[in-house]
Amino acid sequence: MSATFTKSMARNIFYGGTVFSVLLFLALTFHTTWKLPGRIPTATPSPEVARGKHLWETRNCIGCHTLLGEGAYFAPELGNVYQRRGPEFIKVWIKAQPTKVPGRRQMPQFHFTDQQLDDLVAFLKWASEINTENWPPNIEG
Amino acid sequence: MQLLQYKSQAVAKPYFIAAIALFVAQILFGLVLGLQYVIGDVLFPAIPFNIARMVHTNLLIVWLLFGFMGAAYYLVPEESETELHSPLLAYVMFWVFLIAGALTIVGYLAVPYATLAEMTGNEVLATMGREFLEQPTITKVGIVIVALAFLYNIGMTILKGRKTALSTILLIGLIGLAVFFLFAFYNPSNLVKDKYFWWWVVHLWVEGVWELIMAAILGFVLLKITGVDREVIEKWLYVIITLALVTGVIGTGHHYYWIGAPSYWQWWGGIFSALEPLPFFAMTVFCFNMVNRRRRQHPNKAATLWALGTGVMAFLGAGVWGFLHTLAPINYYTHGTQITAAHGHLAFFGAYVMVVLTIISYAMPLLRGREVNPERAQVLEMWSFWLMTVSMVFITLFLTAAGLLQVWLQRVIPNPQPFMEVQNQLALFYWLRWLAGVAFFIGLVVYLYSFFAKDKPQAVEAGEIQPAAT
Repeated sequence: MSATFTKSMARNIFYGGTVFSVLLFLALTFHTTWKLPGRIPTATPSPEVARGKHLWETRNCIGCHTLLGEGAYFAPELGNVYQRRGPEFIKVWIKAQPTKVPGRRQMPQFHFTDQQLDDLVAFLKWASEINTENWPPNIEG
Repeated sequence: MQLLQYKSQAVAKPYFIAAIALFVAQILFGLVLGLQYVIGDVLFPAIPFNIARMVHTNLLIVWLLFGFMGAAYYLVPEESETELHSPLLAYVMFWVFLIAGALTIVGYLAVPYATLAEMTGNEVLATMGREFLEQPTITKVGIVIVALAFLYNIGMTILKGRKTALSTILLIGLIGLAVFFLFAFYNPSNLVKDKYFWWWVVHLWVEGVWELIMAAILGFVLLKITGVDREVIEKWLYVIITLALVTGVIGTGHHYYWIGAPSYWQWWGGIFSALEPLPFFAMTVFCFNMVNRRRRQHPNKAATLWALGTGVMAFLGAGVWGFLHTLAPINYYTHGTQITAAHGHLAFFGAYVMVVLTIISYAMPLLRGREVNPERAQVLEMWSFWLMTVSMVFITLFLTAAGLLQVWLQRVIPNPQPFMEVQNQLALFYWLRWLAGVAFFIGLVVYLYSFFAKDKPQAVEAGEIQPAAT
């Protein structure tokens, strides 16, 4: 770099550029938060959905599955599993784990109560109704 | 002979040793995961995939943090031209962090995750169970305490001594690291908000403030091994970190395409994140430029190799492999597939693993009381560099191949196939990836061995007549 471009010029560009980027990002974040209620099924998730999310987290589901494409890539996408399989299949499937099919990927048994299974399904239903700009491309996730 | 300019720099040593030990454990769990991809029930139910993955990713984060802290404790006294504010605090925090980390990993492995959540009072403030932030809330509090004590120690040292651009950049990066981690405590029941701010930890770390830390560490090592004028190096650093934050902050938007945020993020995120390779490209040019303009021939050839390697591999992994799937129309098909896994592996290795190994390579001989490692140790270290780097390139290529096939079969063709059916068809690539993982582990063993290698009398001579091999 040429001698006319000095270190203090570079430093000033850094501070200016960073402050500008951060402010722009905060403005976009503010706008996103403001627009969000129109893009989710209910502005405030119901207690069932909240409990379901808590179960989702404390069983570390994200350690194998993706949810809206984020997580581990070991097991199927669950953002649209409510549409793909329906509520009853989801519950039966979770109860039947692990399949113990030799060599096949295994999901642990979580010993959920019926109430907990309903909460989990409520959470997955809520997640499936988020406006994701039409992602995933098809029902297979 | 006293090799350390300030004796308090010695606190870096346990940090580097812990980093390497946890690195080894991380790779062992990586091998378990790779095997579970092809033999699904291996080690089930003893170590289910989700547990092994959590251990693999959390160990990575923790050992990189050990590396960053060790780097800061090593370079800040030298930059500030003064002893560290409190070596005792640094030692105490080392043990606090190591024990808290070890207990967390033991917790992951010993009890079911839900039980761990109960035992650690997750009900009081539920923060667990989100990717990379799986640590119990009390561990997270511990991380904050360690980070604050560390920042205090480093900050006080910088304040009382010489202030350089390099140490300022490092400090901004470290403060950013601590500040953005606080978003780990925000976990609303609204999934979209949760995801939106979760990225403020994950993205603003690795594609934001960590790049400042990386640039500072790289700048320090290059300053020492090339003898290039500080003014030149620091000017480069400012250019690199400007590019990093101007592209990376708004670039966060490339994670907001499909999680419920407004569609304009496809433009904001796409355009800015498409420019995210620039800071990494600047780092590559910077590394080669400085080494070419070197004013001295530093005897630590291994450290020079690591520094150059970091420049190249960070650009490939974070820059090129990130760019491949960052634009919304492409990401629509690749999001959440093995393409992401491929990028994640090469980016973390090329940028952060390699920069920590660079500073370890430079500083560890000095911390061990020798000006430079024996020739044979350096040759072995350089072998390990090539083994690990080439293996990681192959891991990335095999995952990319798997990812392309996955996208095609599951998302592109007219009759898309179910997830598991597709996975079964990717087995060949997963096997190849696992073999590349084994090769990586062999490279790591060579790396460990290099710390204990001594010169044989005739080996010195052999090293001298084969300069091309280095």
